[in-house]
Amino acid sequence: MKPPPFEYHAPTTVDEVCSLLGSQEDAKVLAGGQSLVPLLNFRLARPRHLVDINRVAGLDRIYQRDGGIAVQALARQAEVEDSQLVARLCPLLSAAVRLVAHRVIRNRGTVCGSLAHADPASELPAVILALGGHVIARSVRGERLIAAEQLFKGVFETALAPDELLVEAWFPELIDPYAILEESRRHGDFALAGVVRAGQHLALFGVAPTPVIADPKDPAAGLQPSGDLEASPEFRLRLVRVLTQRAFAA
Amino acid sequence: MKVNGVDHPAPTDTRRLLSDHLRHDLDLTGTHVGCEHGVCGCCTVLLDGAPIRSCLMLAVQAEGHEVTTIEGLARDGEPLHPVQQAFHECHALQCGFCTPGFVMSVVGLLAQHAKPSAQEIDEGIAGNLCRCTGYASIRRAVDRAVELKK
Repeated sequence: MKPPPFEYHAPTTVDEVCSLLGSQEDAKVLAGGQSLVPLLNFRLARPRHLVDINRVAGLDRIYQRDGGIAVQALARQAEVEDSQLVARLCPLLSAAVRLVAHRVIRNRGTVCGSLAHADPASELPAVILALGGHVIARSVRGERLIAAEQLFKGVFETALAPDELLVEAWFPELIDPYAILEESRRHGDFALAGVVRAGQHLALFGVAPTPVIADPKDPAAGLQPSGDLEASPEFRLRLVRVLTQRAFAA
Repeated sequence: MKVNGVDHPAPTDTRRLLSDHLRHDLDLTGTHVGCEHGVCGCCTVLLDGAPIRSCLMLAVQAEGHEVTTIEGLARDGEPLHPVQQAFHECHALQCGFCTPGFVMSVVGLLAQHAKPSAQEIDEGIAGNLCRCTGYASIRRAVDRAVELKK
């Protein structure tokens, strides 16, 4: 339960981060570390280089732009949870962040890190998908915008290239109506299944290899969730129907 | 990095987890190591005043920051920290393995909410596992710590 060997880099600017990611083979970005370090400790991940972005100054802002909220790569989940700006303009994001693990984890974990990690059972990918937000990826080749619907490719897989840093996530403003409902064994655990309502849009998590957009009138159509010790596929489908009904009842 | 108010150089081994650095290099064995993947909460310490998992952070990352461990809450011979005193009074521990982590999480919880509601208490301690007490006495200890801090 100790990390495998790696070469550690602690750059202080985004340009340095990008040049490291562009020049070193098999480099991984370390932000909050709340998903990556467990993977290292379990030796499920063995990157040759770790690029720690925590020393980069000015990458932790949460600010308003283009009718939404931008959350930079080093903004901690706890900071988003406590942000008055987020509570006012995108209360769905405030509510969703509170469901991510525990406060002690959120003190380190980042919103952008959750998106780049792309765990299919996690909340934030489904939130940005339901809202129709985007992320900004930077590399030595330049900067590009990736729409949420293009971002998630598979289990722990995104459209980000190995040399790209997710520098910012953008969530459109949405005051009402919204809901995020999930069922988990304990508060803070990954969800067995969950639903996000953003206006009239619905996104599901925990029931497919990526978060998925669904029809609120027939949310389980075409889904083939996996079964495990905690929930059978049938139970997950039932959760999707019941939680969707509740999310759209208000 | 500063640990309990004392300056220490960061380890040269960049693989060293903060939890192992505290225990093995600095001999601060009050920080316990349970699961080593962020689930049990035993290794919780304060980083610049906020509780974090020391098993999910490399020790080199703490360079330039202030770390507080259970040993830093009350020095030998001094009165216990209100949260420690409350755990003592309410029998909020049995074997004691999880206790340092719980105490550090509760210190963080009370810094965030001076008078937490029942739900805030439950959420505040939900990231720590205790296999002995059944949590009832730990919840009581949080309420007692609020009284003691007045």
